[in-house]
Amino acid sequence: MGTPLVVMRDITKSFPGVRANDQANLVIHKGEIHALLGENGAGKSTLMSILTGLYRPDSGEIRINDQAVELHSPKAAVERGIGMVHQHFKLVKTFTVAENIILGLQTSGEYYHLPLIHNQIREFCQEYGFRIDPAAKVWQLSIGEQQRAEIIKVLFWGAEILILDEPTAVLTPQEATELYKMLRLMADRGKAIIVISHKLNEVLENTDRITVLRGGKSIGTVITKHTTEQELTTMMVGRSVLLDVPVKEQYHGDNILTLKQVSCLGNRGQLAIKQVSLEIAGGEILGIAGVAGNGQSELAELIAGIRSLEGGEKYIDGTNHTDSSVRTLIKAGVSYVPEDRLGTGLVPGLNAVDNFLLKSYQQSSSWFINWRQAVESTQAMIAKFDVKMASLLNPVKMLSGGNLQKLLLAREISADPRLIIAVYPMRGLDVGAMETVRKLLLAQRAAGKGILLISEELDELFALSDRIAVLHEGEVMGIVDPQAATIEAVGMMMAGKRMLKQDAV
Amino acid sequence: MRCEWMAKIHFEKRNTTAKWVLFLVPILSIVVGLCFAGIFIVTTGKNPLDVYLLMFEGAFGSAYGLSETVVKAIPLMLTGLGVSLAFRMQLWNIGAEGQLYMGAMGATWLALRFPEWPAYLLLPGMLLLGFLLGGIWGLIPAIPRAFLKVNETITTLLLNYVAILWVDYLVYGPWKDPNGFNFPITAPFSENAILPVLGPSRIHVGLLIAFVATILLFVILRYTKWGFEIRVSGESAVAAQYAGMNYVRNILLVMFISGGLAGIAGMTEVSGITQRLQHGISPGYGYTAIIIAWLARLNPWAIVVVSFVFGGLLVGGYSIQTSGFSAATVAMLQGAILFFVVGGEIFIEHRLRLGGKGGKP
Ligand SMILES: Nc1ncnc2c1ncn2[C@@H]1O[C@H](COP(=O)(O)OP(=O)(O)OP(=O)(O)O)[C@@H](O)[C@H]1O
Ligand SMILES: [Mg+2]
Repeated sequence: MGTPLVVMRDITKSFPGVRANDQANLVIHKGEIHALLGENGAGKSTLMSILTGLYRPDSGEIRINDQAVELHSPKAAVERGIGMVHQHFKLVKTFTVAENIILGLQTSGEYYHLPLIHNQIREFCQEYGFRIDPAAKVWQLSIGEQQRAEIIKVLFWGAEILILDEPTAVLTPQEATELYKMLRLMADRGKAIIVISHKLNEVLENTDRITVLRGGKSIGTVITKHTTEQELTTMMVGRSVLLDVPVKEQYHGDNILTLKQVSCLGNRGQLAIKQVSLEIAGGEILGIAGVAGNGQSELAELIAGIRSLEGGEKYIDGTNHTDSSVRTLIKAGVSYVPEDRLGTGLVPGLNAVDNFLLKSYQQSSSWFINWRQAVESTQAMIAKFDVKMASLLNPVKMLSGGNLQKLLLAREISADPRLIIAVYPMRGLDVGAMETVRKLLLAQRAAGKGILLISEELDELFALSDRIAVLHEGEVMGIVDPQAATIEAVGMMMAGKRMLKQDAV
Repeated sequence: MRCEWMAKIHFEKRNTTAKWVLFLVPILSIVVGLCFAGIFIVTTGKNPLDVYLLMFEGAFGSAYGLSETVVKAIPLMLTGLGVSLAFRMQLWNIGAEGQLYMGAMGATWLALRFPEWPAYLLLPGMLLLGFLLGGIWGLIPAIPRAFLKVNETITTLLLNYVAILWVDYLVYGPWKDPNGFNFPITAPFSENAILPVLGPSRIHVGLLIAFVATILLFVILRYTKWGFEIRVSGESAVAAQYAGMNYVRNILLVMFISGGLAGIAGMTEVSGITQRLQHGISPGYGYTAIIIAWLARLNPWAIVVVSFVFGGLLVGGYSIQTSGFSAATVAMLQGAILFFVVGGEIFIEHRLRLGGKGGKP
């Protein structure tokens, strides 16, 4: 294979209380797509942050083109052709896509002509099969679109080594396929691609080699063609894991959520939800399928009270909550796991105890917060839901992506809600944690709660939901029974084809 | 080749900042600032060390100097606390100066209108009115900020000029003391409108008020539900809304209290120090407060400490003025020290690395 493009040797990096990387090794060749696998908190993001100059290793060596390099800063890494799309995006929300790209360009002293950049971005999109409006403000974009902007930004720098931290976690299956097609194109042109992912089938299908991390150590590198899902999970977890979904029992109570012909506006002022009527009974999981950006986040925010209704009525446990405030809805038992975990669902700069209190502090009638009790409850919750963190008092932005998600879910479930709105709850979780979350959701269902599960993973929706509603451009195309319907039929509806009457449940 | 080491200096973001760094950096910065300003003192033909000694003695070396330093620290503490509260919520209230003037105006109105009220009524009344008027001055820019997202930095700044000019109008016009030889001052307050002093000094009860405000603010931020809301809102407005916190109400309330604290500073200045309203009652306390709040990292206790240091800087400056330095030189000295203290902040967030390898993270 010739000399490797990147060699990371014996990299060790400790944070207060944890050793995130422990003599980890990684070898990357030109023209390959290399996957980095490992459980939540295994140290994948940290290792890549070292390669991009964000962190300095405590010890170890990085060689690029057989030359030892010191990556002092992200800028130094960019100059060596290393670009990264992070798990949590680093875009300026009030700027447009094009402006963000200009911000990232490291050449100084030049004057940028915006229309020119717009054109370049459009050409770029065309070349790699992207769609994005260069003039759109970032805050108006869905998370999926924001990621596209990030990818374009890094590509624009002319990165030779492209690192993507869980890129497909926020993409639809189709978008993911497109992304990998594009990555393959780039690899064929001699670039090296490193992808972090928790989705084994996607990794097995699209990559050339795979390196597995466990507890900060590199367990080994395998050639994708010669490995299996079982071998990979064993390497990741250190034992074999069952990949089955538990069997669920039917139970139906009274309606917990009723939406009657509700409508609401999106961020850009367009109608994002159009006259949607839905019902969720106690002990039922209603899945929402749809391509990202078809009104899912708006639907969730509408139910949670963050977005006000343009029309229609909303009932929870039979009570009219059409105009209720977020606080009233929380009191009425609405839990909400938002798409944007860090920043909306969790406060990045505050610690786990503060974040645990984020909603529940309102419950006590006293003016004061009982910190001792809060610390105890947080500890109990973290133990119960197996959230791994070095210290309760560190800002939660230091947690690994998977543990963030666990912390958020743990808080929302601990509130003992009536209704749980879960938006992409499995995103970024490792196999083991995904199993845990599935069980958690099913346990909540068994306890008679209503669950709205928004997901892009049809497999997941079919496995967990009692009914699946398909959303397209803010309208419900149909509601199907996953026992009876086919994935193809749902796929057609996701593309905008309305369901035939006789299929309805 | 000689200059190679230059290329090897890097700033690196610290993961965590040790406690000692927080203390050492500002102290070193002050030393560097003094050295820098020393160069200019040398050009005037004086020995910088002598001058600094004089300044230090002036501010801390005698009972009188010390008490003057405390007197200056009182309005700095109150305005600093006010500003810090707004900063917690990422509300950039730089209007403490104007809020101070409005508080002074409110207190003065009551003192002139009801001079015969007993002190136990008049003083609390003045305090309340000072708080109220300062608060309203903070609230005015908060309303467009909360509802229309109008940037409060500019509106609070502009309102400073309105407040200062308004006070000027009153002391040059309708409130001017007829027996004041045409000076821009109001009539002196009655006995009942004057804050008692602590012992034989100019230190007035305002010091206790400032301490109470410090303790209250600390308790509110640390232990109350409302303080928790402010911390969350400051870190992430979206999360605050997600959690059902009333973001708009909190903006209004925080700006009101922030302005109110500065208003109290105005009240204690007119009631404790000048004992009447006059032109230029504040030498820019409200602006210095911004720097104090920032250097103290918004921590109420640290604000108390930093306010004393800045009070000393002011008093030390006055004391060398009496030994032949122009007011301009003194201002430059203070400016240089400030410049380095503020500039030194980068070392709190970042570390300097020399050379390629070495140095533990
Ligand atoms: N800045 C930081 N400060 C303290 N601890 C950190 C920091 N960044 C990461 N960690 C810790 O280091 C460990 C490895 O984290 P890392 O983010 O690399 O995991 P990961 O493999 O990317 O996990 P995930 O799949 O959940 O994203 C975790 O225990 C995490 O809490
Ligand atoms: Mg990660």
